Amino acid sequence: MALTNDEVLAGLAELITDETGISADEVALEKSFTDDLDIDSISMMTIVVNAEEKFGVTIPDDEVKNLKTVGDAVTFITSHQA
Amino acid sequence: MTEITLKQSTGPAYTRLYAYGAARGENAVPNDDIVGPINSSDEWIRQRTGIITRARANAETNAIDLATEAAREAVERSGVAPEDIDAVIIATISNPKQTPSVSAIVADRIGANPAAAYDVNAACAGFAYAVAQADALIRAGAAHYAVVIGAEKLSDIVDPTDRSISFLLADGAGAAVVGPSDFPGIGPTVWGSDGSKAELVGMNATLTEFRDGKAPWPTLRQEGPSVFRWAVWEMVKVARRALEAAGITPADLAAFVPHQANLRIVDEFAKQLKLPDTVVVGHDIETTGNTSAASIPLATHRLLEEHPELSGGLALQIGFGAGLVFGAQVVVLP
Repeated sequence: MALTNDEVLAGLAELITDETGISADEVALEKSFTDDLDIDSISMMTIVVNAEEKFGVTIPDDEVKNLKTVGDAVTFITSHQA
Repeated sequence: MTEITLKQSTGPAYTRLYAYGAARGENAVPNDDIVGPINSSDEWIRQRTGIITRARANAETNAIDLATEAAREAVERSGVAPEDIDAVIIATISNPKQTPSVSAIVADRIGANPAAAYDVNAACAGFAYAVAQADALIRAGAAHYAVVIGAEKLSDIVDPTDRSISFLLADGAGAAVVGPSDFPGIGPTVWGSDGSKAELVGMNATLTEFRDGKAPWPTLRQEGPSVFRWAVWEMVKVARRALEAAGITPADLAAFVPHQANLRIVDEFAKQLKLPDTVVVGHDIETTGNTSAASIPLATHRLLEEHPELSGGLALQIGFGAGLVFGAQVVVLP
């Protein structure tokens, strides 16, 4: 069954914490990966690959550039779940 | 008409690496010397790449000089007489003169004239490609002893204002002597290419575009995040195939020596491979930088200097880079 936005957000926050040490509380939909969370491009790619595995979605490299905020990623994942 | 049977050559059943040699650019260039044009900081570079200093050569030193120095050390340590070396294979992408080859000149300089000599263009996988070829040539009887070298002067093809790859790049050469063996010393090579991703890393213009004033001096560029993703998660599969082809498991390894592209790649790669703590991971990028084809033999040379007890152990080496190309094999450390 497809996950809700809140469930994807919680799962994504876990992945972000694992990779960067950022507290899950700080991960909110409106936060920018680069400007607010200070996540660099390599950490971003690690989070993307782990998100693919966790949520069973494919996130192409070209699409990663469009994922500016946590909300962008949550929307992409929920709309592409099998 | 009499039937004539052609002779075909055959060689020894096994090969191994006899010894390594190394040469690095003369200058340890700190991050502070290069951060100005990329509006960056020492901390930014260390965090993203692990590099503290990179080895860059003097203006008058070229890849041929570096290759010669590394090859001389490897040959001397190997105990093989230079005149017995009948193949010299150099992996390089940065020599600014396309012909004659770097390898013919180096073969002559190290006393191996008239060895067969040719250059290999397989970027950061070049050393693994060259080892694969030396192993095959010797077992086929086409050569008896080979010197394989990765040699680069990448500082000639960097743009100081480029934030994608230039600040990683460095100059150096690493060499190894390959010869016949009583035991299997070089495992099967798992190698390949994916030209559909040729645009991810490589030169940003051609020499003819430069000549015609349509482009500045060509320099290296990469799509860093995409290369990172490929270099770790796709290359882990290649590394596992190389272990399987050699008939071993990660626990059998003494060392893992990936191409020194970026410390984050090296660390994430080792993590994804789930190597036991007993496996020593080759680290040379921190004070050498990314030397493309030279990075694996340079890292192995350092590993053996710092951990002589690894001699005789198994090392998995894997190179990956512009092409895209990749090559991996398990070797017995000399």
